[in-house]
Parts: sequence; C-alpha cells; structure tokens
Amino acid sequence: MASVTLDKINKVFGRDHIIKGIDLSIGDGEFVVFVGPSGCGKSTLLRLIAGLESITEGELRIAGDVVNDLPPRERGVGMVFQSYALYPHMTVYENMAFGLKLAKEGSETIKERVMATARILQLEDLLHRKPKALSGGQRQRVAMGRAMAREPRILLFDEPLSNLDASLRVQMRNEIARLHQRLGSTVIYVTHDQVEAMTLADKIVVLRNGSIEQVGSPQELYQRPATRFVAGFIGSPTMNFMPAELLGGDAEGCRVSAPGLGKLALPQDANGQGAGAKLTLGVRPEHLRLAEAEGNNRFEIVNVEYLGNEVYVYLEPKAGDTLLIHRSEAPSHWSIGQRVALVPDLEHVHLFDAHDRALGIAKRSRAA
Amino acid sequence: MTSRRFNKLATRIGFWVLVAVVLIYAIFPFYYAVITSLKPSSELFSVSYWLDSLDFSNYAQIFSQSSFVRAIFNSILVSISVVAIALLLGITASYALGRVRFRGRTTVMLVVLGVSMFPQVAVLSGLFEVIRGLGLYNNPAGLILSYTIFTLPFTVWVLTTFMKQLPQELEEAAIMDGATPWVTITKVFLPLMWPAMATTGLLAFIAAWNEFLFALTFTLSDHQRTVPVAIALISGGSQHELPWGPIMAASVTVTVPLVVLVMIFQKRIVSGLTAGAVKG
Ligand SMILES: Nc1ncnc2c1ncn2[C@@H]1O[C@H](COP(=O)(O)OP(=O)(O)OP(=O)(O)O)[C@@H](O)[C@H]1O
Ligand SMILES: [Mg+2]
Repeated sequence: MASVTLDKINKVFGRDHIIKGIDLSIGDGEFVVFVGPSGCGKSTLLRLIAGLESITEGELRIAGDVVNDLPPRERGVGMVFQSYALYPHMTVYENMAFGLKLAKEGSETIKERVMATARILQLEDLLHRKPKALSGGQRQRVAMGRAMAREPRILLFDEPLSNLDASLRVQMRNEIARLHQRLGSTVIYVTHDQVEAMTLADKIVVLRNGSIEQVGSPQELYQRPATRFVAGFIGSPTMNFMPAELLGGDAEGCRVSAPGLGKLALPQDANGQGAGAKLTLGVRPEHLRLAEAEGNNRFEIVNVEYLGNEVYVYLEPKAGDTLLIHRSEAPSHWSIGQRVALVPDLEHVHLFDAHDRALGIAKRSRAA
Repeated sequence: MTSRRFNKLATRIGFWVLVAVVLIYAIFPFYYAVITSLKPSSELFSVSYWLDSLDFSNYAQIFSQSSFVRAIFNSILVSISVVAIALLLGITASYALGRVRFRGRTTVMLVVLGVSMFPQVAVLSGLFEVIRGLGLYNNPAGLILSYTIFTLPFTVWVLTTFMKQLPQELEEAAIMDGATPWVTITKVFLPLMWPAMATTGLLAFIAAWNEFLFALTFTLSDHQRTVPVAIALISGGSQHELPWGPIMAASVTVTVPLVVLVMIFQKRIVSGLTAGAVKG
C-alpha cells in the first residue's frame, strides 16, 4: 500500500512522443482506472509505473521515494497481464511461489503466503494443477494470486478481463472489487471498457493521445465531463451531440438555440463569448423526454430497441443529421415512423465551446 | 463405379509399393551391414541376405583392440562436449538475439547464417593453423573447438527463432517476479525450449559423431582418434585384404547409439523442427 505520484512523465519511443507530460497523484489504497481509446498510451503508462519501460523524462514517486531507476522488483509492484502470462510448466502453487523464492524467502514463509493468497482467491483445490488444465476465470485468479503473493504495495492490471466472456467478466469484476475492499491495496487498472471503469474506480483517468483528458470520480465524469471527448467516452449509449448557437449570456446563465430543440435557457456561464458563437450541445439519452407536441414535431422515430428493462428510441432530425438516441424505462408506447418533439432536461444539458471544452455552471445560476 | 474402386485400389497399392521401395532403399545398407558383421569372415563372400547363424567374432575382435575402444571414448567425449558447449552458448546467444533490442541485431543474425555456409574444406587449412597455434593439434579439444564453430550457427539460428516465439509477457512476468535475465533463461525459457534443444542438440551430436575430415586432419595418433577415422583405418592382415567383417561390426556399433537417441527424441524433434512453421 502506497501512494503514487507522476510528475511530468514523458515517454518517447524513437521519434514517437507517446506519453506527453502526465501529472497525476494516486492516493494510498485508491482504485484508479486508466481508460481511453486504443493506442492512447494506457498500457505504456502502466508499464512505466511497473518499471518495464524506462521513463524518458519526469519523476515517478512511490510512497514519496523517486523510483525512476529502480527495477520492478524493488518498486514493490505486482502486475496482472492481459494474457495472464502464467508459467506454463509450473503448477499453480509454483507460479505463485516463484517470486517469493526469487526474493529468497524462507520455505515456511513461502508456503504460508501462497496458502493465504490461495484461500483469498479460492484456489486451494487447484494448487497442484498446471495452467493448461484451468478455465479462463481460474487462470485469471492465478494471475492475480501470483501478483499478490509477494504482497506488493501497488497492484497493476492491464485489461485483465478482456479475454473472458461477458458473464465471467461481470463475475470477475465483482471479485476484483471485493478483493480491493478486503485488501485495501493501491490498484491501477487499465481498461477500455467504460463499464469496468465506472463500476470499479474510485478515480478514473481518461487518456487521449498520451495526455490526460480528465481525472475524476465516476460521478464527476458522468455529470460534469470537462471535454466533449470525455462526454462521448463515458456513458452508454453515448451522449447525443448537436450544433448550437449562443444567443447571449449573463451572470445567471446563457441562452442558446439548437435546431429542433428551439431556444433554451441553460445554467452555463457563456465564459465571455458573444452572441453568435458556435457551440456543441450534448445531452445524454436518459436526459431526453419525448413529447407529442403539435407544431413542433421535428423528429422522426426510425428505430425502437426493446431491451427488457429499458427501451432505446432512435430519432432522425429533419435535417438528416446523425441519429439521436432516447433512453427510457420499459414499457414504452413509441413506435417507428411517429413524429415527436424532444424536450431535454435543462439541468443535464452540456455545452462545449469551439475547442470542445465544457462550459462551467454560472456562479449565480438558477440551477446551481 | 467399379472402375473408380479399381482406381482407388491401384492408388493404394502403388502407395505401399512406393513406401516399400523407399524403406528398402533407406534400410537395406544398414541391414546388410548388420548381417555382414554377424558372419564369420570365412563366409563373407558368399552372398546371402539372411543370417544362418550368429557369430560375434567380428565384434570380439574390434573390442579387443584398445585403439577402437579408445576411439569410442574420444567420440563420446567430443560429441557430448560439442553439444553442451553449443547449447550453452546457443541459448545465451539466442536470448540476446531474440529478446534484447539492440542495434545491428539483424546484421549479427545474417553473419551467423553466412558463417554456416562455408564448406568445411574451405576453412580446413586456416583452421589447421589456428589449432596448431593454440597447441590443440592431436588433441580432442581441437576437434571440439572446430565442431563447435560449425554447429553454433545452426544452433543459434534455430534457438533464436524459437525464443522469439515465446510470449513477451512471459518474460515480463518473470521480470516483475524479480528474475534476472539468467534466471529467466534457466527457470522460465529453458523448460519451454526442450523441443528445440533436443532437436539442435541431437543434430549437433550426430554431426560431431560422424565427422571425418577434421578428425582425420587434426589428429595424428591412434590414441586421439575418433570413431569414423578409426573405422577407416582398420586394416586387414595384408595390404590386399579389407577386413569387411570388423569394419561392419564397428559401423554397427557406432550407429546404434544414434538410432537409439533419435528414437528417444523423435517426437520432440518433429515438434521442434515444425515449431517455427505455423503460428499458435
Ligand atoms: N515498444 C514500443 N515501441 C514503439 N512504439 C510503441 C511501443 N509500445 C507502444 N508503442 C506505441 O505507443 C502507443 C500507445 O500504445 P499502448 O500500448 O500504450 O496503447 P493502449 O492505450 O494500451 O492501447 P490498447 O487499448 O490497444 O491496449 C501506440 O501508438 C503504440 O504503437
Ligand atoms: Mg494496452
């Protein structure tokens, strides 16, 4: 258990600047999740912390000590790999004991630690088996056991669940969450699955092109995304975006007009922008209401997806823009071909400026 | 309908005839050597393909010669040393070439491959000078050195190909567990590389065991010779007599270990040689 501090961390591969000045502090016992699209540098950042790649520039501190030049084993980190990378010729017991043996622990200590770890992960009956005789979920647990047996200060996971099928993934996700609650160790977890990120994390770090886009709790990221990228990345189905125009603003908020929605008075601060500024309006599928208004029926329902507990309604604006999604609890009485009006929940509408940065809530806003 | 069945039958018969021909072609010389070695020398020139009686006098004769027994010992010493050295150097070199990123890695690989293309005769005189210079003339160590030179490129090449296929994450897992490169090689990679080691080791053994040219050139006395040379130098009672019986007995004696080795490692050889061919 330890805190981790990244101070202007940079990584350059040859001519490619992959990690661009990351500043981040991770508290003792925190569960931090790195998310982002493929190739954004999540794994690279994790490997920099693990010590599998060298840091080009910047300082990495674990529990206050600079560890840039320490090899992995002296950093006190354990890692779970995406492919598990279990030693194929060793039994489960030997896999977990390997690191302890290399650390020259006494055989009593080794046995004790391996057995304790096996008990936590329910691997006691499998200790004599080789990896090839294990199921996917069991291999996953052995990989975690191997990382945990040395009692590292920090546990690193690189997409540990991506090789499992959907139901097993949900189950292992739960086990990892419970494990973290029990052990209280610091965890850094890489995934591109935003459901995993939302459910597991104390703190989510959204990465994009080697830079941090936003850091925050799952609620913060969902409710107050700092950029349009984060807004689109977090939440499923994804947030609806449409162009909007600023009509004017004051200390209490601003007024915008969006095609199909009419004029809206929103609590955001216009941030000094004048009337006519081009904005992007974002609203999540669950924050839209459908209404059968008469003169205002600008949206046509093109598809309805019934998922049992909820219903997704796909709407096509008159202009023929990208489809919008509306989500509501089942049952729903909407049907394909109907024309409807859209009413956004004003408190949950997001505005992004021309640089895709979110506009903040005005200080004296009505909503705040 | 019947003609198709006939065709099928003909194909099958043709196939087995072909197999039989290949088998006879491959095995007959060895078979005949065994037969010959078990005949008393009086019967040697009466041609027969079956054995009427067992006669071990040829074997008794060659094993009574201390120089032949000594040659077998030399061959074993040289071959095993070559295999051990080649595998040790090969595995460490293949770790560097297959696992460590460094400038000029491809060049090194190509040079290694290039070296293995020189025919033995081309380097014979040069190597002779080297061995004389090192004071290894007429010494099994000289043979070990020269055989290793010719075995290493192949060993390194095969082991490197194999090493490259082991997953990167396996090595990284070992690093996270605190393993040094040496521990990674010996505790993690070696156990997974047995097929490749068995293959290259066996081929190195066979090459060293059968080698004749260097063995003839670099040794002088009976005491330092290896088996192939010793067999070639078995002479009869007079200049005009070739002692076929003892020669065949000696040949069979030195072939049997190879056959046994190949049978033991057969399965692993196949998996080792094809391991690089298909992914997964
Ligand atoms: N050893 C390397 N040499 C050169 N470039 C590399 C190396 N490792 C990673 N990269 C590059 O760094 C970038 C980020 O890679 P990284 O593996 O961190 O992405 P990621 O976010 O983990 O993606 P994914 O979700 O697909 O796993 C990629 O463009 C990749 O090509
Ligand atoms: Mg990755």
